[in-house]
Amino acid sequence: MLVLISKKKHSNRFSLRRTAFEHNKINNRRVSIMRKLKGLMCLGLSVSLAIVAQAASAKDMVISIWDGYMAPDALDKFKAASGVVVDKALHATNEEIMGKLMASGGEGYDVVFVSSPFAEILHKQGLLADIDPVKVPNLKNLYPEASKLEYDLGNHFSVPYTWGTTGICYRSDKVTPAPTSWNELLNPSDALKGKVTMLATDRWMLGAGFLAKGWSVNDSDTAHIAAVRDQLIATKKRILAFDDTTFYSKLASGESLMAHAWDGWCNYGTQANAAIKFVVPKEGSDLWVDTMVVLKSSKHQEEAFKFVNFMLAKENHVWVAENILYKIPNQAAMAGLSADLLKQYPNMTITPSELLKMEQLRDLGGTTQKAYTRAVTEIMAAQN
Amino acid sequence: MSALHADRRLSAWLLAPGFGWLLIFLVVPCLLVLVYSFVERGAYGGIDWLFTWENYQRAFDPLYLGILLKSAKIAGLATLFAVLIGYPAAYAIARAPRRRQAAFLFLVMLPFWSNYLIRTYAWIVLLNREGLINRLLQLFGYSGEPISLLYTEASVVLGLVYNYIPFVILAIFSSLSRINNELWDASKDLGASSWVTFRRIILPLSVPGVAAGAVFVFVLSIGNFITADLLGGKQVQMVGNLIYSQFLTARDWPFGAALSFFLIAIMLILLFVQALVARRAEGGRA
Amino acid sequence: MSQPRSVGGTVLSTHLGLVYAFLYVPILVLILLSFNKSGLPTAWGGVSLKWYVSLAHNSAILSAALNTFIVALSATFIACVLGTFLALGIELRRKGNDKGQVVDTLLMAPMIIPDIVLAIALLSFFNLLKVGLGLHSIIISHAVFNIAFVCAVVRTRLKHFDYSILEASIDLGASWFTTFRRVLLPAIFPGVLAGGLLSFTLSVDEFIIAFFNSGSGQASTTLPMQIYAMIRFGVTPEINALATLVMLVSITALLASQRLNKAPRTHE
Repeated sequence: MLVLISKKKHSNRFSLRRTAFEHNKINNRRVSIMRKLKGLMCLGLSVSLAIVAQAASAKDMVISIWDGYMAPDALDKFKAASGVVVDKALHATNEEIMGKLMASGGEGYDVVFVSSPFAEILHKQGLLADIDPVKVPNLKNLYPEASKLEYDLGNHFSVPYTWGTTGICYRSDKVTPAPTSWNELLNPSDALKGKVTMLATDRWMLGAGFLAKGWSVNDSDTAHIAAVRDQLIATKKRILAFDDTTFYSKLASGESLMAHAWDGWCNYGTQANAAIKFVVPKEGSDLWVDTMVVLKSSKHQEEAFKFVNFMLAKENHVWVAENILYKIPNQAAMAGLSADLLKQYPNMTITPSELLKMEQLRDLGGTTQKAYTRAVTEIMAAQN
Repeated sequence: MSALHADRRLSAWLLAPGFGWLLIFLVVPCLLVLVYSFVERGAYGGIDWLFTWENYQRAFDPLYLGILLKSAKIAGLATLFAVLIGYPAAYAIARAPRRRQAAFLFLVMLPFWSNYLIRTYAWIVLLNREGLINRLLQLFGYSGEPISLLYTEASVVLGLVYNYIPFVILAIFSSLSRINNELWDASKDLGASSWVTFRRIILPLSVPGVAAGAVFVFVLSIGNFITADLLGGKQVQMVGNLIYSQFLTARDWPFGAALSFFLIAIMLILLFVQALVARRAEGGRA
Repeated sequence: MSQPRSVGGTVLSTHLGLVYAFLYVPILVLILLSFNKSGLPTAWGGVSLKWYVSLAHNSAILSAALNTFIVALSATFIACVLGTFLALGIELRRKGNDKGQVVDTLLMAPMIIPDIVLAIALLSFFNLLKVGLGLHSIIISHAVFNIAFVCAVVRTRLKHFDYSILEASIDLGASWFTTFRRVLLPAIFPGVLAGGLLSFTLSVDEFIIAFFNSGSGQASTTLPMQIYAMIRFGVTPEINALATLVMLVSITALLASQRLNKAPRTHE
């Protein structure tokens, strides 16, 4: 560094009397650099235009899904089976894809993977096409319980893809006895202070509070919401962080000992550290469902139904259970799971009838949703 | 004032393309959203075209004003540190040989062509309880509980300073590089010390760059939400998180729009004041 | 300004060195993790190139990286041209101590608008006009805020500019175009370069505006969009490998250009 910043002293007389020849040389160099830059940028523009033109032609339909939520070769297999070329777009959260669909009226997408409350909202906004059971015969693979989901009885506008529940994911080697109540998460003991994480998404964060008091996860009573908010403000002082994405690695490394978690996610923790176990607290929990929906604005509805049907086929759907370690509502596929897998990840054995006893997450309607968002804002903004 | 300044046609031609772009792709779309702020949220999250002042009335809630102040404080701290650290660095680059300056600037920006998310994860690796900094401290004999460096306001400020310091350096460099050696020499020849030369001549001339850099950091920090989420453990609520949650989680576009324009109005006032102060600091030179 | 005084020169150099250290420490962590066999940031599993191999096969990430490069380059080009002209036009219109503060403030507006607002505003706008979305809509959107940054940076350069040299050039018979190209542009070049670098950096890392205004599908996916989507199941070290490669290529290009851009024989 010191070498580059020269320490030589030069006489200033020369710098003041630069000759025209030298001026020219310096200017020429600058101009030629600029020409090169301009050339590069023109190249960039033309390449981009070429790519845009080319991209407009290739695909038959577009889906939007979470990353890693389907088999990497599923689209190739689908193309081989039906000749339809699928373009895969990714979204990180339900909220983002909802924002985009609402602002564009669903333009450009054919099939979207969203969680059930959002499917309900899209349906109420009139953006979804009806699922034709004739065109999706693999619906018969689903458990009977999967047609009894309250947000869409009979699966008229959505098809369930994965389902599960929420609970406490913990290090069984460090936390004894095993936790049994939501209150152990919300009011961590002194031994666990600063070593607990909670989910940050509004429905689950508040949900834990509601369940601990014996209320509904879809509760709209303002007094109840206020009480849960106050509880969570107190909880915030005793936890490590709100974390939706890296909580299992914190458990694996020992930075946290107990985490509010979705059951499937807890399995990743178990993969990393066999001492990590999952439990559904005694007060009960929610049933969440991730679904596939077809957009009404889609110009490729035939292909969209073929795709949904393909994903429900036993051999395709089972990939999800075996690799993402989430439960799927596909009876035919679940029957094929190995006993070892079920032993390693006990939450995979929760039966559909047990799941349906849990409370299902529903869309709350505008007023309550706004109240929830405000409660979360108040919790996050509360000073420690 | 030169003849060029008097040539209105020339400056009009120069202004037109940029202004046109901003008019079509900024002003018009934002007017659309401004309209949203005066109507009601639809039952399922869309728009109900009914006029209302309610959104702006709700914006004046102490909860939101509190968040705004907190964000301003964090952004302000980040700006202060970024300018204090960035100014000498920009000065050092401006004093390097001309042909090396582009390289230095490039090296300043290069870390930021990796991705924001993985850079932040790298900081988490450094800062968390099992992280490298705590391990280093232990190496040096520290034997207490690992220091919780994460999930505090301080870690958010650190993250913001880290991510935006290059902007400050670039902005300050841009105005410093104008200053030439003759100025420095003349001042010395007339008997002034290095410090006085710096304070009286170089510093005022560099004010436009400092002002621009400070504005960049402040504005970028106040809208930032990823850093608050990841390094603050979602326990530090900034204006950016607030507006996101209104648009995306509550799907309340009208209220989100009202909050945003409220924020924009405040920022415009602050920037106006800053522009006035900057002019005065320059000594009123044209 | 190319010869620093020895007084304070060492202090300055040390400070610069420390700043670079501060900037690059997380990058070193990143690079180290790209060779970590275990893939977890918390556990070192030994050195391995497996993430680089896996990156080479990950066409989604590679195409997203290419898209990002195209978008950033195009948006920067547009912003540099329009922003510089805008800066010039505004500075030429200033007459002495006028109310330039209003213009100053308004030009900052694109930077102040929260990105989610701009994202939704532009998407609604494109939707209203039935304009198809794709990489081009991302480029247009990025250019909007980039213009403001370039303009602001170039203006700092123009503020104490001596316009009489332009007049002299014209008096000596050069055309406007030549004067601009050969006299003005070289003088403000550091400002344009700084603004361009800034703008490129902003575009390369920008997520929400890109997400909302991209076409649906892989051809319109940029790297930030790809990476943010990976957040759900954990960002794999393939991204670290990519970042390391980007650093490597950039530094090589830098060293190469430094070698080509040798110092002129005469003193500056």
